[in-house]
Amino acid sequence: MKDYSVINSRAARIDAPDKACGNANYIDDIRVPGMLFGALLHSPLAHAKILRIDTSKAEKLAGVKAVVTARDAGTAKYGVSPARYDETLFCLDKVRYVGDEVAAVAAVDPETAFEALSLIQVDYEALPAVLSMEEAMAEGASLVHDEYAGNIAAEVHHEFGDVEAALAQCDLIRTDTFKSKRQDGGFLEPQGCIAECDSRGYLTLRTSTQVPHYVQRTVSMVLGIPIGKVRVMKPYVGGGFGPKASASAMEISACFLAMKTGKPVKMNFTREEVFLHCRARHQFVHTLTTGVKKDGTILALKNECHLEGGAYSSFGIATVYYAGSLLGGPYRLGNMKYDGYRVCTNKPACGAQRGHGGVIARAAWEQQLDCIAEELGMDPIDFRLKNIMEAGNVSCNDLRMNSLGMKECIEAVREGSGWGQKKGRLPRGKGIGMACGFFVSGAGYPIYRSDTYHATVTIHLAEDGEGIHVYTASAEIGQGSDTTLAMIAAETLGIPLDSVRISSGDTDFGVDLGAYSSRQTLMTGHAVKEAALDVRRQIIDVLANELRVDPAEFDVKDGVVVFTHEGVDFTHIRKRYLNEHRGWRGLPEGNESLTFQEAARIAYLAKGSIIGKGRYKPLPLGGTHKGAAVGTSPAYGCSAQVVEVTVDMETGRITVEKMTDAHDCGFAINRTSVEGQMQGSLSMGLGEALFEEVKFDAKGRILNPDFAEYKIPTCLDMPNVGTIIVESHEPYGPFGAKEVGEGAIMPTIPAILNAVYDATGIRFHELPLTPERVFMALREKHIEKDHKTSVEGSKIHG
Amino acid sequence: MKTLIHLKVNGTEQEVAVEPNRLLVDLLRDELGLTGTKKGCGTGECGACTVILNGKPVNSCLVLAVRANGGEILTIEGLKPPGGLHPIQKAFVEKGAIQCGFCSPGMILSSYSLLQKNPRPSEEDTREALSGNLCRCTGYQKIIEAVQDAAARLTSKSTGTRR
Repeated sequence: MKDYSVINSRAARIDAPDKACGNANYIDDIRVPGMLFGALLHSPLAHAKILRIDTSKAEKLAGVKAVVTARDAGTAKYGVSPARYDETLFCLDKVRYVGDEVAAVAAVDPETAFEALSLIQVDYEALPAVLSMEEAMAEGASLVHDEYAGNIAAEVHHEFGDVEAALAQCDLIRTDTFKSKRQDGGFLEPQGCIAECDSRGYLTLRTSTQVPHYVQRTVSMVLGIPIGKVRVMKPYVGGGFGPKASASAMEISACFLAMKTGKPVKMNFTREEVFLHCRARHQFVHTLTTGVKKDGTILALKNECHLEGGAYSSFGIATVYYAGSLLGGPYRLGNMKYDGYRVCTNKPACGAQRGHGGVIARAAWEQQLDCIAEELGMDPIDFRLKNIMEAGNVSCNDLRMNSLGMKECIEAVREGSGWGQKKGRLPRGKGIGMACGFFVSGAGYPIYRSDTYHATVTIHLAEDGEGIHVYTASAEIGQGSDTTLAMIAAETLGIPLDSVRISSGDTDFGVDLGAYSSRQTLMTGHAVKEAALDVRRQIIDVLANELRVDPAEFDVKDGVVVFTHEGVDFTHIRKRYLNEHRGWRGLPEGNESLTFQEAARIAYLAKGSIIGKGRYKPLPLGGTHKGAAVGTSPAYGCSAQVVEVTVDMETGRITVEKMTDAHDCGFAINRTSVEGQMQGSLSMGLGEALFEEVKFDAKGRILNPDFAEYKIPTCLDMPNVGTIIVESHEPYGPFGAKEVGEGAIMPTIPAILNAVYDATGIRFHELPLTPERVFMALREKHIEKDHKTSVEGSKIHG
Repeated sequence: MKTLIHLKVNGTEQEVAVEPNRLLVDLLRDELGLTGTKKGCGTGECGACTVILNGKPVNSCLVLAVRANGGEILTIEGLKPPGGLHPIQKAFVEKGAIQCGFCSPGMILSSYSLLQKNPRPSEEDTREALSGNLCRCTGYQKIIEAVQDAAARLTSKSTGTRR
């Protein structure tokens, strides 16, 4: 194991002191002189024709500076994937969900803006709305988009191997259907933005986004401004988890209003608007058929999935692919068939959320695998270990595991949780369950088809040599990427973390696809490392020349130049450096080692400003089938979890007592941050398993657009997690690092489901496991049991 | 009609004219420039806007500014001693209790309030006291650890002073 000075440590996050003191500025903390306040007019109906929009009264209201509709903004189509651009900034002829954007206003203060909205008169003609997948797919159903026949916006049909032939050889075949509910991102900071347009037409958008790059492209495309005239800057962001990973109508509206008024325009979502513009986790219904041999070998999987996408495609085309492709591992599986359908409804659009597309597929399958293990009379862990993939394996859908500590994760949680002493030995009402999962370390391809670099980075050396400044367009959204990247730069150059400054989240700093698909550490990390090596090389070349020493004969470590042999005379460098800093304090003196700072200053004097450049894009990945790109990644993180629950057999209330999680992140750049990602992922999974559900009334209005009725876990719901880091040293990751931010959520829901079964003897095929749902199931089981007891007069197990 | 109110915020006397429907959170953020207090929901559910009003933690989005007239308020900006961090802030930084940081000011002030009342809280006490502050990033574990750590630092410090 190499000896590192900065990485693999528990360094405190560089942004934490400012955040702890209230000094970190988020979008709503920023004010610009003379700024106006914008607001969006939302459709009150789920599906309706727009007959007429009259903005005249709103325009006349004192303090209103602009009122815009589709007539002003045009109808350029946009979305997330170019394959499904199906949104316009404002609705032209019809609205497709309660909340669809019809108009926007800019006014001198928020109150005036809201009053102006109330003065816009829109005449609608209601159309029949489809509010569930069943309604949307029914014969003759009203179409959300004319171009999506049967309201199917995207479908995928894949087969790898020969599933029917494989099933014919199986000793046990099991089919289950599993249903989840729509989830909300639940980040604490509502989205907001400020747009400014100067008199030369240069636009600056500050926004709470995960993806400055994609927002820049979308604004540029929709408003018809060259990319070079659009700058997107991300201040501190209060969590994203996926829903902030695409351009929103609010962002584009603010830009349009700023162009129109010549004034800065600020817009913010209320918490209710956050729900309306959720773009978070879809509802999934999976029907899985798995076939195994008697000895536990998994031979085949058939996966049919319907996902409810709401009114627009957003990320959906990727989601529908992920819901199939992410079952390609982490078990050896030779035959897999997938049929996926993304269904349009008259509800807010869904998009990406932590574990994009794979979380419910994983939940459904890991529960089914537990059922199969039980039917085979095998321990669920032994059953999984029998089928586990290892480093070097390639899945049937061409996902290549260059490193994979899956087996190590399973063994770590088996030991860490005391599985052997607990499984099958807990009293009624207490249960233990486990599950596994894996996830990409950065999508193998950009969302739009392109040969673009996924990350470009520059590092500027301070002219006094004291430190470096890393410039990257990557997005720190709370996950800790700024700190991770600064640590990579410091380690590469051999300087302390304190000597590294980082500026991120600004499209002027380079290209970076942003914070989604768990890509920042691996992809931007590579680019940072390359840029730091470039700086290092430039300094060392000058130094080698000055000292007449071979560059291979020295290194920089902890801010000091270390020579492989003694007797290198650097006195002339020191003298020169001291001469340039007369009157300064803390200067190196005498025979103490040559510092990085002295060397860097000498290099600057020789070459002028020293800037290192780095870039990264993955090698071509994946197979040649249609959609092969989705699920590819240069590396895969993986994890195993064991969960222990108590189920109140009277009330149905579930308490998660203990969680043990092992995650293979390749190599932990920052151990504290890796644990934080693991614990946060588990918390989000726990919420989705136990209580989270966005609910609608019969008219398509959200019933619970707030944290009182939409429950996310509090610290009373979330137990402590036995957090185990596994390091498999990924050959394609910087210093061996790969993802942790999303893979860790994969096993959580099924581990809870399997523990609840262990406690109650009941398999749940629908989420969330609210006390009501569990209570009803317990009651049904009780009635059934009484019935069976009276009929058969025999004792029922359970 | 605006009303003139007097407040002591982070030790400084303030005199502000406010609309009757002005919320304390907006007064702090918009009028006094104390944007460390965050607004996550506006309806008292997330706890991001927690401040200490007359010694008690409140959701400042549920308090009308006029109701705070004559009151004493501590916001996150007032916790930090000059030239360093408060031990709770220090513990949050060092224990990795901060990710996106949006809940942190409210979380830290709720922790402060807890430790004022109960200098050696159990893990259960701590979870109970912070249950009104939502965090979507951390899973709470490192926050709880930070509060326990801060309690240890503060009690050892106060013991030290007494000696």
